[in-house]
Amino acid sequence: MRDIAKSFPGVRALDGVSFTVEPGEVHALVGENGAGKSTLMKILSGAYRADRGTIVIDGNRVTIESPKRAEELGIGMIYQEFNLVPELDATRNIVLGVEPARGVFLDERAATARAATVMQELGIVLPPGLPARLLSVAQQQMVEICKALVKKARLVVMDEPTASLTEREIDALFALIRRLKSQGVAFVYISHRLEELPAIADRITVLRDGRAIVTEAAKELSQDEIIRFMVGRPLHAQFPELPRVSDSAPVVLDVEGLRTAAHNAIISFSVRAGEIVGLAGLVGAGRTEIVRAIAGADVPLAGTVRIRGERVVVRNPHSAIGAGIAFITEDRKGQGLVLDMNVRQNTTLAHLDRFAHYGFIDAGAETRVTSHEIAELHIRTPSGEQPVRNLSGGNQQKVVLAKWLIASAQVFLFDEPTRGIDVGAKAEIYGLMVELLKRGAAIVMVSSELPEVLGMADRVLVVRDGAIRREFARADATPDGVMAVATGVES
Amino acid sequence: MEHANDVKAHVEQRSEEVRAKASRGAVLRTAIIVVALAVVIAVINVLTSGHFLTPGNITNVLRQITYNAILGVGQTFVIITAGIDLSVGSMIQLSGVVMATFANAVPLDGFPLIVATLCVGLGVGAVAGFVNALPVVRLGLPPFITTLAMMLIARGLAFKLSHGQPVPVHSNAFEGMGTGYIFSGILSKIGLPGIPIAVMWMVVIAVGFGIVLARTRFGRYVYAIGGNEEAARLAGINVARVKTLVYVICSCCAAVAGLLLMARFSSGSPQTGSGDELLQSIAAVVVGGTSLMGGRGTIVGTFLGALLIGVLNNVMNLINIESYTQEIVLGAVILLAVVLDELRKRYLTR
Repeated sequence: MRDIAKSFPGVRALDGVSFTVEPGEVHALVGENGAGKSTLMKILSGAYRADRGTIVIDGNRVTIESPKRAEELGIGMIYQEFNLVPELDATRNIVLGVEPARGVFLDERAATARAATVMQELGIVLPPGLPARLLSVAQQQMVEICKALVKKARLVVMDEPTASLTEREIDALFALIRRLKSQGVAFVYISHRLEELPAIADRITVLRDGRAIVTEAAKELSQDEIIRFMVGRPLHAQFPELPRVSDSAPVVLDVEGLRTAAHNAIISFSVRAGEIVGLAGLVGAGRTEIVRAIAGADVPLAGTVRIRGERVVVRNPHSAIGAGIAFITEDRKGQGLVLDMNVRQNTTLAHLDRFAHYGFIDAGAETRVTSHEIAELHIRTPSGEQPVRNLSGGNQQKVVLAKWLIASAQVFLFDEPTRGIDVGAKAEIYGLMVELLKRGAAIVMVSSELPEVLGMADRVLVVRDGAIRREFARADATPDGVMAVATGVES
Repeated sequence: MEHANDVKAHVEQRSEEVRAKASRGAVLRTAIIVVALAVVIAVINVLTSGHFLTPGNITNVLRQITYNAILGVGQTFVIITAGIDLSVGSMIQLSGVVMATFANAVPLDGFPLIVATLCVGLGVGAVAGFVNALPVVRLGLPPFITTLAMMLIARGLAFKLSHGQPVPVHSNAFEGMGTGYIFSGILSKIGLPGIPIAVMWMVVIAVGFGIVLARTRFGRYVYAIGGNEEAARLAGINVARVKTLVYVICSCCAAVAGLLLMARFSSGSPQTGSGDELLQSIAAVVVGGTSLMGGRGTIVGTFLGALLIGVLNNVMNLINIESYTQEIVLGAVILLAVVLDELRKRYLTR
């Protein structure tokens, strides 16, 4: 891949990346969330088209316009979320799309034979007849690998293959990869687990902000160096100055012994008035689950939440809102907005009781409050009657904020507050957070953008495997230090 | 600060204007539809050599669409939440039989009997609606299945309770509701027999629930849940309660239709409601512009949908179109209406 560039509205995802893989090589691709790894691989697999750049396979320039074409060129993708048909068994999944047939009828015997050949080559055994959904994660991954190989893949891209495997399963996977390597199959290996790279990778490329920062033989790079390359940018001055949190400021949010259903870890922390606590960590580390439990979006298994010293029982979002907790979700379209409704209806949705008399809604009052928020937050919309579907991502996010600003919540839980919005809107949202702090609110911010966490948080809590692994004061929080804890290099 | 206030005032004014324009637009649209309808009626009248626009026939059409429109009102609520209620036809059967049996068993007559019978019917509807909704809101089961089960259960119960025979109502308290008219004094001067009392029930129900859907907090929540259930839940809306109420409203509308039909035929029959009442009610809702995907729709639309289907049926009868052909035409018109509505929406959002 030479000089690949790709932009999305408002973001330059890739900015001239060149990347090569030799036959029989495992080439690791690392970088922070949003560095451009997935975009690069989606271009390779035909899911996206590059704006610029060329792809060359065995000396021939190719265009990959569809996933089908990528398959024909011998590129196999194994995503973190597997693409198996849950009710079909291993054999049928392996031959899916390339089923041997006699006339119009499936040739089951040939299918079994073909799948068996691939499995034998790999030296693995998968239980026949068992629906894929009943296989273990490791076995499902094996099926994915077989699927790629039965289509004669010569380059296999694996996205976080070890994320949910046990130690022994990882060893088995690595043995498999080495075996295929010796047959000339090449791998692109995407991983956040830097500690496993020396064991499996031949070369490592670090991506940052859509650029390839370095490509080196794996044994030439230490983990510390990799981290430095990953986070190496200076923190931009895009962050506003935070008001000082005095030691005497009252604790607004106090979480004690919280246990979520997703992770077997116990979470305790507190946030003072006027303070931002950042939850840092990798995608899937369990940060979202923590804020969701506090917001009543999921019901926690155990734990106590206190607001200004008073214990609140949060059983559902309704009781959390009543207790003064506002939850700004990461997925605007999926969880934050009703896209068919207009700005006014979305703004008042969580507090309609304030606009209703005997159940009847006072649309005039709604319009007054909404207009105020549109002006305050600089929401670019012709009027409050505009369907939110028609607004840009940044303005949609401001509507989500408006929904929570019209009431006086004391605790604001932000989950990825600036994902996918442009730089200008980002700065406005940061400014707004400062306003909230001045009003005495407490903020918890989950963010996968390290600069954002370091630039905005008074304290940084690093989450891995659902637990808070370390707390950094603002002064001590360095990108390398936080990343080392997040990736498990340091505990 | 000065600036922000200016912006606020400006935005507020714009919003008010757009809102006023939208409601003027709605009035205008309705006016256009009424005019168009008048033209169509005139044409139809010529086609049917004057048989369409007779007082008797008009009352007939209105009476015919009454039951479908009332079912459609309840169905609209359910469909806006992205659900469906397949049990409305069976609810007519069951509530009719139960109400007739009840009316014969109690020592009441006249107005008190009507009120008591209505309450019993609504009670049956409320229980059925609650049972429909419970697995949907607690376990996330598809309403298609729970209401399908209710369709079979309610129908079976209706036949079991009545031993398959119509239950004649002994009291004549329901006569007015079934066949009576109001305003006949005034309207007789222009040759109309008056407005059937059943039609007045439809008007009250449609207007009442139309206001509930368009103007109340509950109505807003119904749209929000249909548009994005998770966003609605995270906004603190009690999704389970709103949805349960929606299914209860739907079943109760069916029970009211059951009462009116019982009054019309002076008996609660397990057969009444076993035809295509269910499918006609869904057709009225969909033709009226409500999205089966949820989040969009209006009661006015449903009423117009029921009216369109009713007029079509009536005209085809008047010009002696064979009943088999009628079904083909009706199906084609429903398809056409939905396709046109979808194209209109695409044109508007572009």
